[in-house]
Amino acid sequence: MEPPETTSTVTLRVNGVQHSLDLDHRTTVLDALREHLGLTGAKKGCDHAQCGACTVLVDGRRTNSCLLLAVAHDGAEVTTVEGLAEGDALHPLQAAFLERDGFQCGYCTPGQLCSALGMIAEAGAGAPSLVTPPAEAALSPAPVPLSPEEIRERMSGNLCRCGAYGNIVAAIEDVTR
Amino acid sequence: MSTPGPVRLEGREKVTGTARYAAEHMPPGMAYAWPVPAAVPRGRVVAIDAGAALAEPGAVAVLTHENAPRLKETDDGALLVLQNDRVPHRGWYVALAVAETPEAARAMAAAVRVSYAPEEHDVVLTPGHPRLFAPDVVNPGIPGSRERGDFDSAYASAPVRVDATYTMRALHNHPMEPHATTARWEDGRLVAYDSCQGANAVQEALAGLFGMDKERITVVAEHVGGGFGCKGTPRPQVVLAAMAARHTSRPVRLVLPRAQLAAIVGHRAPLVQRVRLGAGEDGEITALAHEVTTQTSTVREFVEQAAAPSRAMYVSPNSRTTHRVVALDVPSPSWMRAPGEAPGMFALECAMDELAYAAGVDPVELRVRNDSAAEPDSGKPYSSRHLVECLREGARRFGWDTRDPRPRSRAEGRLLVGTGAASSCYPVFHMPSSAEVHVTEAGRYRVRINATDIGTGARTVVAVIAAEALGVALDRVAIEIGSSDLPAAWLAGGSGGTGSWGWAVHKACRALIEMVEGRGGTVPPGGLTATADTTGDIPSDPPHAMASFGAQFAEVTVDTDTGEVRVRRLLGVFAAGRILNARTARSQFIGGMTMGVGMALLEGSTMDPRFGDFAERDLASYHVPTHADIHGIEAHWIDETDPVLNPMGSKGIGEIGIVGTAAAVANAVHHATGVRVRDLPITPEKLLGGGTGAG
Amino acid sequence: MRAFAYERAGGVDEAIAAVAASPGGMFLGGGTNLVDLMKLGVASPGLLVDIGRLPLTEVRETPDGGLHIGANVRNSDLAAHPAVRSRYPALSQAVLAGASGQIRNTATTGGNLLQRTRCLYFQDVAKPCNKREPGSGCPAREGVHRDLAVLGHSPMCVATHPSDMAVALAALDAVVHLRGPGGERTVPLCDFHRLPGDEPQRDTVIEPAELVVAVGLPAPPAGRSAYRKARDRASYAFALASVAAVLDVRAGVVEEVRLAFGGLAHKPWRARVAEEALRGAPATEESFARAAEAELAAAEPLRENGFKVRLARNLAVRMLGDLAAPAGEGSAS
Repeated sequence: MEPPETTSTVTLRVNGVQHSLDLDHRTTVLDALREHLGLTGAKKGCDHAQCGACTVLVDGRRTNSCLLLAVAHDGAEVTTVEGLAEGDALHPLQAAFLERDGFQCGYCTPGQLCSALGMIAEAGAGAPSLVTPPAEAALSPAPVPLSPEEIRERMSGNLCRCGAYGNIVAAIEDVTR
Repeated sequence: MSTPGPVRLEGREKVTGTARYAAEHMPPGMAYAWPVPAAVPRGRVVAIDAGAALAEPGAVAVLTHENAPRLKETDDGALLVLQNDRVPHRGWYVALAVAETPEAARAMAAAVRVSYAPEEHDVVLTPGHPRLFAPDVVNPGIPGSRERGDFDSAYASAPVRVDATYTMRALHNHPMEPHATTARWEDGRLVAYDSCQGANAVQEALAGLFGMDKERITVVAEHVGGGFGCKGTPRPQVVLAAMAARHTSRPVRLVLPRAQLAAIVGHRAPLVQRVRLGAGEDGEITALAHEVTTQTSTVREFVEQAAAPSRAMYVSPNSRTTHRVVALDVPSPSWMRAPGEAPGMFALECAMDELAYAAGVDPVELRVRNDSAAEPDSGKPYSSRHLVECLREGARRFGWDTRDPRPRSRAEGRLLVGTGAASSCYPVFHMPSSAEVHVTEAGRYRVRINATDIGTGARTVVAVIAAEALGVALDRVAIEIGSSDLPAAWLAGGSGGTGSWGWAVHKACRALIEMVEGRGGTVPPGGLTATADTTGDIPSDPPHAMASFGAQFAEVTVDTDTGEVRVRRLLGVFAAGRILNARTARSQFIGGMTMGVGMALLEGSTMDPRFGDFAERDLASYHVPTHADIHGIEAHWIDETDPVLNPMGSKGIGEIGIVGTAAAVANAVHHATGVRVRDLPITPEKLLGGGTGAG
Repeated sequence: MRAFAYERAGGVDEAIAAVAASPGGMFLGGGTNLVDLMKLGVASPGLLVDIGRLPLTEVRETPDGGLHIGANVRNSDLAAHPAVRSRYPALSQAVLAGASGQIRNTATTGGNLLQRTRCLYFQDVAKPCNKREPGSGCPAREGVHRDLAVLGHSPMCVATHPSDMAVALAALDAVVHLRGPGGERTVPLCDFHRLPGDEPQRDTVIEPAELVVAVGLPAPPAGRSAYRKARDRASYAFALASVAAVLDVRAGVVEEVRLAFGGLAHKPWRARVAEEALRGAPATEESFARAAEAELAAAEPLRENGFKVRLARNLAVRMLGDLAAPAGEGSAS
């Protein structure tokens, strides 16, 4: 009997560009980006979805790319931090992070940015968080106003050991207010 | 409103994802490495069967103590990896798998079969451990024990006394970027992109280990994803990557898996601290003893100088500050943000709060009463010391004067609310550094110095210092840092980076100005270059004591049903010399305070007595604060003018933020609940007591 | 992680057949736990059958007034679904109390039920663990076990089930719809997860190649419901203890109550002793405390985790009190 195939051709559309890659089934979306496409913006902080540094948008939703097997996401649309700016013009979130000093070492920053982008869309679509008042919870799907408390809870999947949390929340508020 | 001051020069690269960290360089033909940690707490490696690993598709090599390149001796035994069959602690590396892909390297590492001859192990620190000894020196080379006056008599006769023991488990730095190196050999030269806090120290260590001239080694640390001390000295990843690259004749990348860091990269050792304070009825301290018991490894002696701050903080005519340590079969401890001061001030500042209650004196007032113009231990006057001003300003901003000091005096529904205060301190270190400044005919400047930006804003502050020294606009100054090919400089550690680098840069800039003036104010077509080295400028025994001081105020809530503590407000006021860039300085202070909240409420790992490892090794089980834990943190400062320090008048700011935070929080928890928790972190079980609710 | 073959299933039966035919085969859903365990070496499938694109993504109301939740419904979609938020608030809250926004966007309903314990020994292949390697021993019992079970554990295993969602489902009398090589069956959620007993390797009653295809909820019970979780970190942390409750109080008397604890046992712990004690009792703090204590009398805490008993008691008393308070006075919905 033939040994089973352990590699596949996988197509990913990353920041609007189509890529076809021959990948080991074990390869995660994160490693496909970093090791095969040279897109090292998304970071590997823990490799187990415990830190959020690898956060990217897959088909428009934020997710931990370290736990996604690339082969299972054949055909997916991926947005990484490298895809946020329009040419030289920074995305408003990127500009706000700069202005608010929303980072220090910068290693969690791409994940924080992608997570914020996804998070703002989720709240805009009316998705609740644990701290969304129950009274509002019944009124789906009105957008959930992003109070600092909402931002903190929704961004809690992104650790920052430098402790830039306050500045990150301020930067996000600059964009959502 | 954002804080004024220049934005980070490399900020754009960081927010666009183009800043390259150590594991993001990909030389052609690169292989990937994955380490194999020892699975016994102590013993010998009897045999290593790499057959299955080498049969994995994509396998390149397995390095073990039997085939790895030989290293020369070094002071830091933790770097002597794969040199012999000894397993000094669980998690010690016994092999390194190298493969064509990261997936194959991981699979290979899992397939390496190691047989051990285990030996009995001893991994538990106890206050009465029979092998405890008093070390002559503790980190960073200060005396292990100091006595002044007659503590025993003074304490015995003091009308007010506090005798309390404070404990904490091991703490882990966990920078977001795990330790990583991409190494390659080219024509007998070694180039290593390494995640470290100082490329010169790594370069020198590699030169020693591989027995080669350091001129043949380049270490690059352009962007570093945090360090907090655990990248301050060279760590095994750079040695292993270099060995593997030599062994395989290929570039090799090694990223340490997150769950292996606790055993490999250093940590803050568990500590038992007994503090005794004897005071007059007015709270003035007459006797102070701070006795520290801790552990180190058998590989490398590192003793956390937790009693050191008690030599500096308060009047204490009769003082005893001691350390005892035992070498256990555990991973090697090392620097973690504010070694000594962070844990030591937790104990001292909680004891001060206990003394305040014992003496019936307001905790802020108690500290003011015990302020000392000279460093008590050395008798040297401080070049500047504004602890009292920080306490007063903090109290004013925080609204301390409206506080009812009685414990359990504030409740909001099911929450108890309390406030607490603590002092902060951190010494000033300067280390020799060199720098080069070049000016072009067009009046553009380039500063070259091997400073390291681990998130502090080093690039930016070096530019600020240079622009100011040169009297030119910031945008005329370009900065090159983060490589051992640049003029050598002190590492980013001990809050001594900016002062040390800035001194050299300032000196080089002044020299350049003199060169230009010597030419009548003109710059020739090739430009001019000035260099400077501060080796002769830094006094070895300065006449002054130098330190930053601060005060922190915390407000906490304690859920009476669950014992969950949350920090609602945390306010710090610091006196840390001249602040050179307000924007990044505020981030440093707040970042330290944030880590202090983790130390107070969340962080701590358990030494597993049976297996000899820290049980909580990943970021799901070792909790560092996340967004939801942190709000209402404010940092302020008092402008200090201090001509003694250095040409900039600056003190370090990277560490003082974490000093005192845990005590302020613990004191607030006591105020809220009446429960004095002397064991960190303050987790729910410590407040759930025997009653139906907290306390 | 060992190399594996991969198949994307075109249908439920095809997926089941593929796993049934492959001794090392496993289903891949969102992968947030399975891929994690594969990296750790705890799971080593030779074949992954990807069910992620199967159309098990529907949340629909059933004729009996209940809810049918497809196994592939993402956690975040479940929590945000208008019917869940309005009629089963405890479920929405429980899902939102778990993990992070990113993980909830990826993790599925079926996968959430099947996630494995976070016991540190289970996750470390260099150490013994009866759940991972039957017969190798349970070091957690004498070792590091602060986060582990106080109820229903066995000499073989003291693990806890980490799900928040399943605790709410237990209180809501949910059922699990399974399909396997032998056909379909429906198991009450409370019977789906097992106590460890002598077979700690079996977390649930699921059979080889059997697939969770949906979760069913009966019509929402009368009364109010909520979920509350206590944890060390304010977010993004597993529960030390949690409680889900449904309470219907009429004229100051408990008409109906359902109570479940999380973080205390190898399965969501439906507190039937407490429920029995409360039915017909006055809705007072004294009743709630007596009932919770009666339930927790069976607790056998380990050396380091006795606090969880008090924590669970307090959570239950507080939640029932909040649910009993007239609307607007309590903190629960």
